[in-house]
Amino acid sequence: MNTLSESILGARAGSYVDCRVDRAYVHDGTGVLTLEAWKSMKAETIARPDRVYVLFDHIVPANNSVTAGLQHDLRSFAREKGLNFTDVGTGICHQLMGEGIALPGEIIVGADSHTCTLGAFGAFATGVGATDMAAIWAEGGTWFRVPETIGVNLSGSLSGQAEAKDLALTYVGRLTMDGATYMALEFVGDGVAALSIDSRMTLSNLAVETGAKAGLFYSDDVTRRYLREYGHNIGVQRPAECSYHRELNIDLEDVVPVVAIPPRVDTIKPVADLEGMPLDQVFVGTCTNGRFEDLARFAGIVRGRKVKVRTLIAPSSQKVLTRATESGILHELLKAGCTILPPGCGPCLGAHQGVLGEGEVCLSTANRNFRNRMGVGGEIYLASVATAAASALTGALESPEEAVR
Amino acid sequence: MKIEGTALCMGPDIDTDIIIAGRYLRTRDRREWVKHAFEDMDPSLAPRLEGKMIIAGKNFGCGSSREQAAIALKESGVKGVIAPSFARIFYRNAINIGLPVVECDCTCRSGEPVTADLVEGIVTIGERSYRIRPLSPRMLDILSAGGLVEHWRSRR
Ligand code: SF4
Repeated sequence: MNTLSESILGARAGSYVDCRVDRAYVHDGTGVLTLEAWKSMKAETIARPDRVYVLFDHIVPANNSVTAGLQHDLRSFAREKGLNFTDVGTGICHQLMGEGIALPGEIIVGADSHTCTLGAFGAFATGVGATDMAAIWAEGGTWFRVPETIGVNLSGSLSGQAEAKDLALTYVGRLTMDGATYMALEFVGDGVAALSIDSRMTLSNLAVETGAKAGLFYSDDVTRRYLREYGHNIGVQRPAECSYHRELNIDLEDVVPVVAIPPRVDTIKPVADLEGMPLDQVFVGTCTNGRFEDLARFAGIVRGRKVKVRTLIAPSSQKVLTRATESGILHELLKAGCTILPPGCGPCLGAHQGVLGEGEVCLSTANRNFRNRMGVGGEIYLASVATAAASALTGALESPEEAVR
Repeated sequence: MKIEGTALCMGPDIDTDIIIAGRYLRTRDRREWVKHAFEDMDPSLAPRLEGKMIIAGKNFGCGSSREQAAIALKESGVKGVIAPSFARIFYRNAINIGLPVVECDCTCRSGEPVTADLVEGIVTIGERSYRIRPLSPRMLDILSAGGLVEHWRSRR
């Protein structure tokens, strides 16, 4: 019997396969280098332009004229070649691909490490570099080593204020930053059914923080319902008995709100241990936690109160922002004193819109807390949306268990 | 294919933000990346990378998929990177841009001469020798062409 990666790639773990790629995407950052590599290859054509996506999200709108110039070239190229293109303000590439584009069973590559997010749909989705991507533009396919798989067995259900992000940080802490290098994670067990697509995307998103190539869920009724809204009628994938390289068992009842201590994503501590640590900024957004469910949860906690620290919120897509507007959530966020950024990566990579100063501490719902990532000398603690909300209300790290009564 | 350099030791989990920080990415000027390589770890390191063979701990190149990290090393004159394990995107990127990467768990002393024979599968550091898995013919082809771009062009 096969793991999901083996079924999709059509070969046993350890073998090398040449595959056609169903969808290939770049963003404004990696797209520039990809275009340069593609030009130096003198490839001249794009094998399957309808399968190629150029999605602007990293530094949008442009922060200076150098960036603007690079974006201008890439934008013109995308239009000229008839590639799928989304401009500034539409949203983060992984989120957009997750809004009715990525489908179960597909092979998807993105020139970004968090492409693994789309494993939430039962696709084999993985990140590649720019030169790899240029060859994929030219040829329509690439090679893979079929990964071994770690089975992540989820049982029970989340309780209290713990959310998918806490579960994600918990498994990263257990597997460590290179515990799954070259491998895939497969999330299985009776705890999966209750997880929404938004939650699954959060869990798949952090797979790469363990070194994994992909983080997959089998498509089920939840996936079906979600994709039906986008007009797709998909089948469900059923897990078969298969041999995992290793298994990790997590009882969801045991998951508590946690933080990842800089500069490592795998240094995990319960929020309760660090309560009261003063904060300079709270950031809610990114491909990890900028979805509608996240904004709604944040608003639910801060409703009717005021944040005590600068709080930046970047919806992960225009669709998310529209929904937040129509449902009144956006208004609540504004009334609580939050600053709303345009859909995109925001300050996640430290290029603009909320860069940290020397000695500043940020509580972020993102996926990376590497040294200086959001600004030289700034420190990033990673946490869930509920923890971010509770902490924004006091200006210091605060457990959501107490803030939500 | 044989590569030679002088050992430069580094710890485990060197991430791509350390190799080249996100704030320097938005340019086509590769000298920018050379100038700022490893800046957040040791600002004096960049001018001393020429001719070095980096010998690092596990999980070298983890984090972002930015190919600029591998390019920065190659353009700085780094001859290759030896580590017990690499993050997979960095590993692919390095091969694709023609920077030799060798999986080997070995003892490093800075300044010692290092030779890696990628065909025979032997790494020699000072007096010590280590066996490594030889690279696949396809990888060797790409590396000796100088990267995937050159390899692709030569096939046409
Ligand atoms: S939100 Fe952050 S982690 Fe996600 S794609 Fe953008 S920069 Fe990368």
